[in-house]
Amino acid sequence: MNTFKDLWQIAKKDLLEFARDKLRLVTFLIMPMFMMIMTGFIFPNQNTLKNISLGVTNQDSQYGQKLVETISVLKLTGNNPAFQIKSYANLDAIKDGIKKQEISGGLVILEDFTQKVNQNQQAEVTLVEDPSNPQISALVSQTLMQTVAAFGQQIGIQKINLLLNSLSPVPEQSQPKDNSALAILAPVGTKLESIIPGNPNYFEFIAPGIMAMIVMTAVLTGLAASIAREKEQGTLDGILISPINRLAIILGKALAQAIRGLIQGAIVLLLAFLLFGVTIHGSLFLVASLLLLGIFSFVGLGILVSAVATEQETATQLLFMFQFPMLFLSGVFFPILMMPRFMQQIAHLIPLTYAINALRKVMVLGAGLPSVQTELLILFLFGAATLAVAVPVFKRVITK
Amino acid sequence: MTQNTIGNILEVRNLTKKFGNFVAVDQVTFDIQKGEIFGFLGPNGAGKSTTIRMLTTLLRPTSGKATLLNYDIVNQSDKVRKHIGLVAEKIILYDRLTARENLEFFGNLFHLPQTDIKERTRKWIARLDMENWVNAQVGTFSTGMKQRINIARALLTEPDILFLDEPTLGLDPQTTHLIRQFIRELNEQGVTILLTTHDMLEAEELSNRIAIIDHGKIVAQDTAENLKKIVSEKDHPTLEDVFLQITGTQIRDTGNERMTPTHGHRFGFRKTSRVR
Repeated sequence: MNTFKDLWQIAKKDLLEFARDKLRLVTFLIMPMFMMIMTGFIFPNQNTLKNISLGVTNQDSQYGQKLVETISVLKLTGNNPAFQIKSYANLDAIKDGIKKQEISGGLVILEDFTQKVNQNQQAEVTLVEDPSNPQISALVSQTLMQTVAAFGQQIGIQKINLLLNSLSPVPEQSQPKDNSALAILAPVGTKLESIIPGNPNYFEFIAPGIMAMIVMTAVLTGLAASIAREKEQGTLDGILISPINRLAIILGKALAQAIRGLIQGAIVLLLAFLLFGVTIHGSLFLVASLLLLGIFSFVGLGILVSAVATEQETATQLLFMFQFPMLFLSGVFFPILMMPRFMQQIAHLIPLTYAINALRKVMVLGAGLPSVQTELLILFLFGAATLAVAVPVFKRVITK
Repeated sequence: MTQNTIGNILEVRNLTKKFGNFVAVDQVTFDIQKGEIFGFLGPNGAGKSTTIRMLTTLLRPTSGKATLLNYDIVNQSDKVRKHIGLVAEKIILYDRLTARENLEFFGNLFHLPQTDIKERTRKWIARLDMENWVNAQVGTFSTGMKQRINIARALLTEPDILFLDEPTLGLDPQTTHLIRQFIRELNEQGVTILLTTHDMLEAEELSNRIAIIDHGKIVAQDTAENLKKIVSEKDHPTLEDVFLQITGTQIRDTGNERMTPTHGHRFGFRKTSRVR
C-alpha cells in the first residue's frame, strides 16, 4: 500500500518538475508534431502525383491529340492535375529536358499513331523515364501506362461494337452492348475487397509505427536521463535515504515517463487524424493499453542503462546506440518481411517490433484483443524479465 | 566537557571501504555519544564523505561494522534511515520545486503525517528566516538560502542524529553565523551532530570532541583542548596547528575527493597511488 503511495509521490514530483521546465515542455510537445509532419509529408501517398512536369512529343493529330488531352486533364488528388504538359520536338529533346531536370518523364507519340489504329495494327507510344528519381519515375510510368491502356481499351470497345453491329442484323437498343464489348476485350476483371471501408492510406501503415517509436524511445531516454540527472545533482541521495522501497523509486519514475508517453502518443494520433486522415479502426482503449505495455517492456532496459551510467550524458549516448538500429529493424518504415533473413531474426528480439505489429493490427485492421494477445504477452514477458534483472542490479549499484 | 553517560548513539568498528585497490576508508573505529557534537575533520579526500555515506546507508561498507541506536547500518538500513538526517556535500533539493513543495515531497517519503510536515515546515522555516521564500522555486535561491531549506529538509523527521557535511562551505558570514547558532540550538534540544568542516575555528567552537581522519584512517581523537597538547612548539596553539602537525602541510590531490564515488562508479577512473 505504502509502495503505491511512494510510487505516486515520486511520479508526481517528476511530472511537476517537468511541467515547470519550459524548454523541456516545448520540445516534448514539438517533437511528435515535427516527426509526424515530416514523415507524413515525405513518405509518398499512393496518389500524390500532382503538377509533375511531363515532356510530350506528339506528331499525330487525331488519336494522339486525344491521348494528350486525356493525360493533361488527369487528376489523382483534389483539383490539381497530375501532369503539367510541356511540348518537345522529338525524343532527343525530351531526353535533354530530363537531363536538365525540366521534366520528370516523357511521352512520344509518332505521326503514324492514328493510322496504325485505323489499320488495326498495334499502335505504340514511347515512355521516357528519369532514372535519377526512381520513386517518382515508377509512379509516372505506372500512371501513364494505365492511362494509355484505358485509352486503348476505349478504342477497342468502339471497334468491337462496330464489329458486333455489322454481325447482328437486329441493331443495338435493348442490348447492353458496351458491356459485351468490354467482356470480349477483357474477359477477366478484378474487384478489390478490403477488410476495412474506404481507401487504404499509406500513412495508416506508418502512423502506428511512428507513434510507438516516439513514445517508447522518449520513455526509454526519459527514464534513464531522469535517474542519471538525480544521481548527478545529488537529489537521489535524498530519496535513497528515506525508508521507501527501492522498487517504488523505479516504478514511480517509470510512471511519470509513461504518463508523458501517453500524452505524446495522443498528440501523434490527433495529428495523424487531422493532417493525414488516419482513422483508428480498432478500440482506442486497446491502443492505449498496447502503448502502455510497450512502455513497460522498455522500463527494465532504461533502468539497466542508468544503473551502469553515472552521468546523464553517458546514459543518453548509451541509449542512442540501441535506438538507432531499433528504428530501422522494428519495421517502423519498412515491412519486416522485406528485410533479409538475419535482420528479420534480430527484429524479432526487439519489443518495439511487437508493439508496432499489434498497434497496426488494431489501428489499421480494427483487430480486437484476441488477435493481439500474443504480442501483449511477449511485451509483458519482455518487460517483466528485464525488470527482474534491472531492479537487483539497480539496488546493488546504487549503494556500491 | 561533560561526558555524556547516557551512552553511544553511534558505534563504528573497523569500518572499511575500498574502491578497487583504493582504500578510501581504512579500519575506522569511533563512537559518538548521545547529545554531543562530534567534529569529523580531515584534508580533502581523507575519507570523510565516504564515511558519512556509509553511516547514512547510501554506501555499502567493504568490511567492518557500524550500528546506530543499535541498528546495523547494512542489515537494518530502513530502521537507521528513520533516525538520521543528512546535509550532504550536494544540496538535496529540486530547483523547480518551491521550498514548501520540496519539504512536502521529502516528508511524504518518510510517511510523516501531513500535520507534522506542515507544523515542522512552519517551525524550521521561521527559525531559519525563510518565511518570505517558502513558496518560491528553490532554483531562484542563493546558496545560503538553499542551504537553510536543505537543513530544514534534513530536520523534517526530527532525527536523533544529524550528519552535516561541510554545512557552511561557501556561505556568507551572516548565513554561516545563523547556521552555527542553529547547530548549537539543535544540540541543546538533544540532537546529536556529526559535523565535518574545513573551518578549524568552527570545529573548535562547536565540537565537544574531534576526530581527525587522514588517508582513510583516524589519526587523532579527543577534545580540542587535549588535542592542542600535542603541539609543543607554540605557547597557545590553535586547532589549525594541531591539524597541520598531524596531517602535514603537503597539499592533497583534491582529485581524490572528487573521485569519491557518489553512486556506483563501476567503470570510473580512480587514482590508486598517492604522493607522500
